[in-house]
Amino acid sequence: QLLLFRLTVKRPFSTSRSSVDPKEIKKFQFLAQKWWDEDGEYSALHSMNDIRVPFIRDTLLNMSSNYHLGSPLSGVKILDVGCGGGLLSEPLGRLGASVTGIDPLEDNIRTADQHKSFDPVLAQRIQYKCSSLEEIVEESMETFDVIVASEVVEHVADLEMFIKCCSQVLKVRETQLSYVLGIVVAEKILGTVPEGTHEWEKFVPPEDLERLLESNGFSVTTVNGMLYNPLWGSWSWTESTSINYAMHAVKSGAQGQSSPTDAPSETESKQHSATAGTAL
Amino acid sequence: TSAAMAAVCCRGMLAPFGGWLLAHQRSPFRFWSRSRSTAAAAAAAPLYDVVVSGGGMVGSAMAAVLGHDIHFHDKKIALLEAGPRKEYNHVPDTYSNRVSSISPGSATLLSSFGAWDHVCSLRLKPFQRMQVWDACSEAMIVFEKDDLDDMGYIVENDVIMSALTKQLDAVADRVEVFYGSRAVGYTWPLPSHMCGTSPWVQIELADGRRLQTRLLIGADGHNSVVRKEAEIKNIEHQYDQSAVVATLHLSEATNNNVAWQRFLPTGPIALLPLSDTASSLVWSTSREHASELLTMDEESFVDSINSAFWSNVNHSDFIDTAGAMFRSALSFLRPSGSAVRQLPPSVAKVDPESRAMFPLGMGHATEYVQHRVALIGDAAHRVHPLAGQGVNLGFGDIACLAHHLSAAAFNGNDLGSLKHLLKFETERQRHNVSLIAAIDVLKRLYSTKLAPLVLLRTWGLQATNALPPVK
Repeated sequence: QLLLFRLTVKRPFSTSRSSVDPKEIKKFQFLAQKWWDEDGEYSALHSMNDIRVPFIRDTLLNMSSNYHLGSPLSGVKILDVGCGGGLLSEPLGRLGASVTGIDPLEDNIRTADQHKSFDPVLAQRIQYKCSSLEEIVEESMETFDVIVASEVVEHVADLEMFIKCCSQVLKVRETQLSYVLGIVVAEKILGTVPEGTHEWEKFVPPEDLERLLESNGFSVTTVNGMLYNPLWGSWSWTESTSINYAMHAVKSGAQGQSSPTDAPSETESKQHSATAGTAL
Repeated sequence: TSAAMAAVCCRGMLAPFGGWLLAHQRSPFRFWSRSRSTAAAAAAAPLYDVVVSGGGMVGSAMAAVLGHDIHFHDKKIALLEAGPRKEYNHVPDTYSNRVSSISPGSATLLSSFGAWDHVCSLRLKPFQRMQVWDACSEAMIVFEKDDLDDMGYIVENDVIMSALTKQLDAVADRVEVFYGSRAVGYTWPLPSHMCGTSPWVQIELADGRRLQTRLLIGADGHNSVVRKEAEIKNIEHQYDQSAVVATLHLSEATNNNVAWQRFLPTGPIALLPLSDTASSLVWSTSREHASELLTMDEESFVDSINSAFWSNVNHSDFIDTAGAMFRSALSFLRPSGSAVRQLPPSVAKVDPESRAMFPLGMGHATEYVQHRVALIGDAAHRVHPLAGQGVNLGFGDIACLAHHLSAAAFNGNDLGSLKHLLKFETERQRHNVSLIAAIDVLKRLYSTKLAPLVLLRTWGLQATNALPPVK
């Protein structure tokens, strides 16, 4: 039954759908539960929040000039690229940020929308759009304070174009910096992936990503290695950046210039290694 | 539907890897039989981040601690209490007959959100020493801190409640207290919610009002409705004992800074200091004896108490000799091992109207948490008062749960998520289970006159008194 489900969904973009088709609804329910089951296929993504949310939060705490008690990310506008079912958007929304989540898969967006719909706080702070980054550039020029790209970079065919788009949608300000956060995961620990997104996989080593960022108006401040412990299902920071890593980069005001005293920005890029099979 | 079942079973299988130390099974199909509310009905009811059911000392303190937490600054908390608001600005002349022994750790918790200052300004009695001894022998054990710091504080429950009410008022913008409100029904969500059903816990109050919450904390006592409705199994045992409480006036004023407890065959009798002239009685005894004590005249009552503390009728020569021999052996090995025996005060009269009794039992919930539910205080564990631990265990639960909820809030997590709730459960069960079992064993050990057991506990007590590490 599982196999049948995967074979029938071939097209990555499905914009038209009958809302009363019981088969569609059943398939959608199945997918929605997969995303949000903390102990299911996406358990590694859920547990990754334990390190990536504090990481994002602590970096952005420096950015927000007025710390709002109880709402550390209040006033920050974040773009979550490749948001999937909304696993990262929701905690960021709870911390006070205004989040726009984009994903090329309609089913993912519907899952994310449905999951946040019962929560009035999240429903207000998060909006989801079925779109790729390139498609929203036009309407979102210089809109966001932060871009988060988690397990996205490895599936992008034209990485340089992707980075240029990031640069375009980020704000440019005299007094404040804009950040890009990328998370790159090499291990195949994220279970089965939705049809259509992971057709293209390319391992992007941190040096290459850093070079691309630097030559497109960004300044990389940190690269942190990440390690997954499959026994306990938990993530931790580590020295080695050869398997999984998180990267910070700042968009400089002037092209390619950034003073060492600038607050660090974070690009967390997760890269998948094509050669690494299951690391378990 | 099969997917949901698979999802739930998957959790059951993965549970051992979640860091559990206790291997108990959660029923995988329990959630399936819950009713689901429609989106329409759910939409109308106000949504809270945390609802605490039960406004006793533990429930009120839980709500107050969260209300004062910086990461809960923007959160909405509700406290449901069936009774009326309890507060007074100055203490009445007479003491209340319900008191608690507050440990230094609990005092620290209460001062962390400003309640301890109110307690100090109302009324409390610190004590520096605890003397515990056996009715059947001379064995005695004395507890005191090296630097003669306070070992604990005897505080009337009403005083604690008044302090908590004040501190709840201080955060009224975050914590909404519903007095005279009782929850009559709970509707539980499915763990990974399906389309059209509310993911929150639905609460129906007796007056028809409805609330929704991301996390329900059950602090509603040993007959917890939350625990029963959540179908959490409870290991419980009614002791064939009741506790008699009363406020007593001493024969003469004394430096009343010692808590006394003597183990009689029928149960322990304790005298807890309230002031230099008054003490509170907690006498755990058989139900018949307890009823007798309540109905007899005041003079006889006072005589019974004095006799219970002073009489040596239960001593046998055999035990006394054996005990004395052991004591001299100990003093040979450890000359300073036995402390000086102080004599308990004698009682002159009892406050009229202050005599009351309540039944005793023991209980322990097999689980403290479920998806969107947590139990604290007597709802999770009920103990015999002989160790004066009851409310302190509850305050310990609060400190642990608040710590985990605060971290979860700062990480943007869903407050009702089992992930951090399980951490709370593991920590507290690890701490509580051995203590609860020990109290139960002590209770049973001291409920007999049989020589072998008396000897065992006599020597045990004497040895323990002489060996600081064991104490």
